[in-house]
Amino acid sequence: MENILNIFIKSIFIENFIFAYFLGMCSYIAVSKTVKTATGLGIAVIFVMIITVPVDYLINRYLLNPGALSWINPKFATVDLSFLSFIIFIAVIAAIVQLVEMFVERFAPALYASLGIFLPLIAVNCSILGASLFMQERQYNSLAEVTSFGIGSGIGWALAIILMAAIRERLKYSDIPKPLRGVGITFIITGLMAIAFMSFMGIKL
Amino acid sequence: MSKLSKITTEPLNLNNPITVQILGICSALAVTVKLKPAIVMGLSVTFVTALSNLIISLIRNTIPTRIRIIVQLVVIAALVIIVDQFLKAYVYDVSKQLSVYVGLIITNCIVMGRLEAFAMGNKPIPSLLDGIGNGAGYAIILIIVAFFRELFGSGTIYGFRVIPQSFYDAGYFNNGLFLTPPMALIIIGVIIWIQRGMIKNLQDK
Repeated sequence: MENILNIFIKSIFIENFIFAYFLGMCSYIAVSKTVKTATGLGIAVIFVMIITVPVDYLINRYLLNPGALSWINPKFATVDLSFLSFIIFIAVIAAIVQLVEMFVERFAPALYASLGIFLPLIAVNCSILGASLFMQERQYNSLAEVTSFGIGSGIGWALAIILMAAIRERLKYSDIPKPLRGVGITFIITGLMAIAFMSFMGIKL
Repeated sequence: MSKLSKITTEPLNLNNPITVQILGICSALAVTVKLKPAIVMGLSVTFVTALSNLIISLIRNTIPTRIRIIVQLVVIAALVIIVDQFLKAYVYDVSKQLSVYVGLIITNCIVMGRLEAFAMGNKPIPSLLDGIGNGAGYAIILIIVAFFRELFGSGTIYGFRVIPQSFYDAGYFNNGLFLTPPMALIIIGVIIWIQRGMIKNLQDK
């Protein structure tokens, strides 16, 4: 239990996807103009990550790892399909995003109207595939750990984009050198925020 | 002929994928601590953009528009698997350093962006050149960032020591901040600042 909580806190603050790994930067820069849209995208990312990370974990564990197929037949113990992981993960993500979209449209039309255009965009958001690849690389060994990693990473990403949007709304009124306006200042502010987030480093529960 | 050379050279500066189109920052910045992985990453992305542009452009008239994203993702993922296996076989240490970021080329917005914006509507040869140009434009920014981070962060360039020992004896220290993620963001911000300072019509109004 302690371990699970530790992974959760760690993936929100210390190993934040934006500030420590730069994942999902394209949509982070493009969509962080107003707090409202940033919140929509943030929630959509959390939503998709909670589902894709555990599903990819199960696929990785029971289909792709070296010897993982031996639960079907002991003869398959030497089969190693791990080279297929990229293509399978991205296919799973694309399919799940499609499913989530259909599900939300059917059962929560209000949420669908506000998330609308963001859901399909998420399939090509680096942070989603990144979460699955980090999950594979770090070799978490239970479904609970993986789920808490997925939720934590999603919340960390949402937190980062909402904070940035709030700052950018205020930035409109400040006098920035012309060449730095827009994207340039966004990068520098992200850098400064990342320095602030570095102060969480080393915290362990 | 001049049109073809324009397609190739424009992404290097005027229409640079990172600083002007703001694509593909996601998987880029974390690999720029040292020059060597940055160069390998630049070459890999150039390979993937060029070939995926060529392949998609060859089959562009047979792809049904509704499923084009999946088709594009499959082509890209297959190419990335080739790159990943190649790196693991020939430059294993660099492949370890790049870790998940090789896989993240799949969701690199440059690749998808160029497929959507260029390869779907142009002939194979211009598409190939467009892919090479955009890959090279991406590589240039990575190399500039990695150059400064390695020089100030470790005092080396491509692994060779350039800051002489006498400097260290006189009290010079490597700047550890350059090795941390925030500095990459700030360097990109400064590059955008300089570029937009020189080319006025890129500035935001």
